[in-house]
Amino acid sequence: MRSLIALRRALFGDPLNAALSLLTLTALALALPPLVDWALIKARFIPDVTACEALDGQGACWGVVTEKARFILLGRYPTEQGWRPALAAGLIAGSWLAAALGWLHGRTLITALVVLPLLALPVLAGGFAGLDAVPTELWGGLPLTLLLTGIGMAGALPIGIAVAYGRRSPLPLLRGLLTAYVELARGIPLVAALFVASFLLPLFFPGDLAPDMLWRVLIAIVLFAAAYLSEIIRGGLQAFPEGQCSAAAALGFSPWQVQRWIVLPQVLRHVAPSLANSAIALFKDTSLVTIVSLYELTGALGLALSGDAQWRPFYLEAWLFIAAIYWLGCVLLARISRRLAQA
Amino acid sequence: MKRPARLAWQALLLVALLALGGLLVATTAGHLQERGIRSGFDFLLEPAGFALGESPLSFEAGDSTLRAFAAGLLNTLRVALPGALLAIVIGVVVGFGRLGENPLVRALAGVFVNGVRNVPLLLHLLAWYFILTDLLPAADAALRLAPGVFLSKSGLALPWWSEAGWELPEPAGFGIDGGARLTPEYLALLIGLSTYSAAYIAETLRGAVEALPPGQRLSALALGMTPRQAFVLVLLPQAWRAALPPVTSQLLNLFKNASLAVAIGYPDLVSVAGTSLNQTGRAIECLLIVIGVYLLLSLLAAALSHRLERRSLRGMAR
Repeated sequence: MRSLIALRRALFGDPLNAALSLLTLTALALALPPLVDWALIKARFIPDVTACEALDGQGACWGVVTEKARFILLGRYPTEQGWRPALAAGLIAGSWLAAALGWLHGRTLITALVVLPLLALPVLAGGFAGLDAVPTELWGGLPLTLLLTGIGMAGALPIGIAVAYGRRSPLPLLRGLLTAYVELARGIPLVAALFVASFLLPLFFPGDLAPDMLWRVLIAIVLFAAAYLSEIIRGGLQAFPEGQCSAAAALGFSPWQVQRWIVLPQVLRHVAPSLANSAIALFKDTSLVTIVSLYELTGALGLALSGDAQWRPFYLEAWLFIAAIYWLGCVLLARISRRLAQA
Repeated sequence: MKRPARLAWQALLLVALLALGGLLVATTAGHLQERGIRSGFDFLLEPAGFALGESPLSFEAGDSTLRAFAAGLLNTLRVALPGALLAIVIGVVVGFGRLGENPLVRALAGVFVNGVRNVPLLLHLLAWYFILTDLLPAADAALRLAPGVFLSKSGLALPWWSEAGWELPEPAGFGIDGGARLTPEYLALLIGLSTYSAAYIAETLRGAVEALPPGQRLSALALGMTPRQAFVLVLLPQAWRAALPPVTSQLLNLFKNASLAVAIGYPDLVSVAGTSLNQTGRAIECLLIVIGVYLLLSLLAAALSHRLERRSLRGMAR
């Protein structure tokens, strides 16, 4: 009873609140019933184009998801080898899930987050132990999204740490160079960096040694993310209390040992939530690689529907499916971030 | 490190850099020669040879590439500046909604922030573009939102000032005549960019208010202020200062994110550079222009936000 009174006061306590409540309630009353009608009541759940067309847009055609799920999730990877991208995605997503649920801690957690994406590489590439070699152009869908995020972060972290330390070096030339790199990477949009990877990087490698698009894009992503990570770590280093370093030095630690055993572990733990937020940003940004024709989740969605006049009208339903996957990934990573903040 | 050692290390670094740079230049020059690509910026003055979907400057395929780049930059600004304004307005409204005492409004604002932020911007743009180009009626059956405002597959038609006074768009035959027209590409980018940034701005604002020491609010209430007065007169001015730097960086992100225009075919600076690059093969030059413009604008924004911050800090000292 008391809570009811409190609710009434919160909703209709004064004229402004009452007006706001009425406004939202009216909007919800107008929007929700047609939405439920479209998404559930009039919707079709079987992949039957004629049945979906008969709906005339009055109901959702969730059949498009069952029809196209394999292609959207796994891209153009050879059909009969489908277990390999599925396993690769499982490895990376599994490490995230384990981290988010708190099954792993400390060193095992970091190892899992770094090693599992690297393990996914040979699974996708093949070419050993009787596995067919699959060229990187055919990789796509969810495993590619997870791979770009996982390897992007794993590669960017050491570079970010090195750059953060380099910017505190006594050498003005080194400091200037690294500052220029960080400002450059943070000043341009990722799309521009991807264009550089796509069109400029091949010119920098002698002969035909230029790696294929996936690796070039990974180089761009790693360098792009490393600039942001280095700023986070540099902030952490700057905030580190000087006294601890003096104390460690007094105990006989060498300057190198002080950094390795005293400063870096604490700084990394301190900035871990910000690093995880960068991982979320990177996870979402991997969708941009579709602009340079790598077909991860977003690209595979376009590939699956843009050429198919029959199913294309149900783009929105397939879009919601992808959006839900991204949403889930972001929520998982945000949970890891919160867990790291508590640890 | 001692001074001679420092100098020696830097000399070593310089030599290594010069060697690497020389190697890169030589390799690149070799590749360009092999492919028969000339280098230099002379192509900027030659006819572009491609058309733009829309341009605030009059632009035809025979015009110079330089003019195409200028049109691209103007297109970027044309979507980023109103987008930033919209983002601030929506962000402040949603942020207040999340901080307010009305649980319904709070929940709704929360759904907006979490729903929008956890989906990539590119996906937002693709959805808006699909809605604007596939789900809307054709131009001959345009939705009439208000007198002289029509929405259809071919965009939004608005009344516009011309020499003869206000000109209202009118349905005519298969389309709509008169007034100004915003293309679906522009609208999708504008809506997508502003709502995405708004979600971040709302969250920043909420964080800034919630980070204030609770004593501030309590003492304001103890002085006899109503909760609303405490919020507007005591909490907001302080939170605003804390929120200023992250909000400017959000707006800078919006400006950089405008480059996602490529994906839906809006001719912004990056997409013009991409087209020109494919036409002429001058990859280095085209990308240098893009990078240069973005760096310049970032620097400008940094200087501006620095001044804003200093101004607001001066207010605090008083």
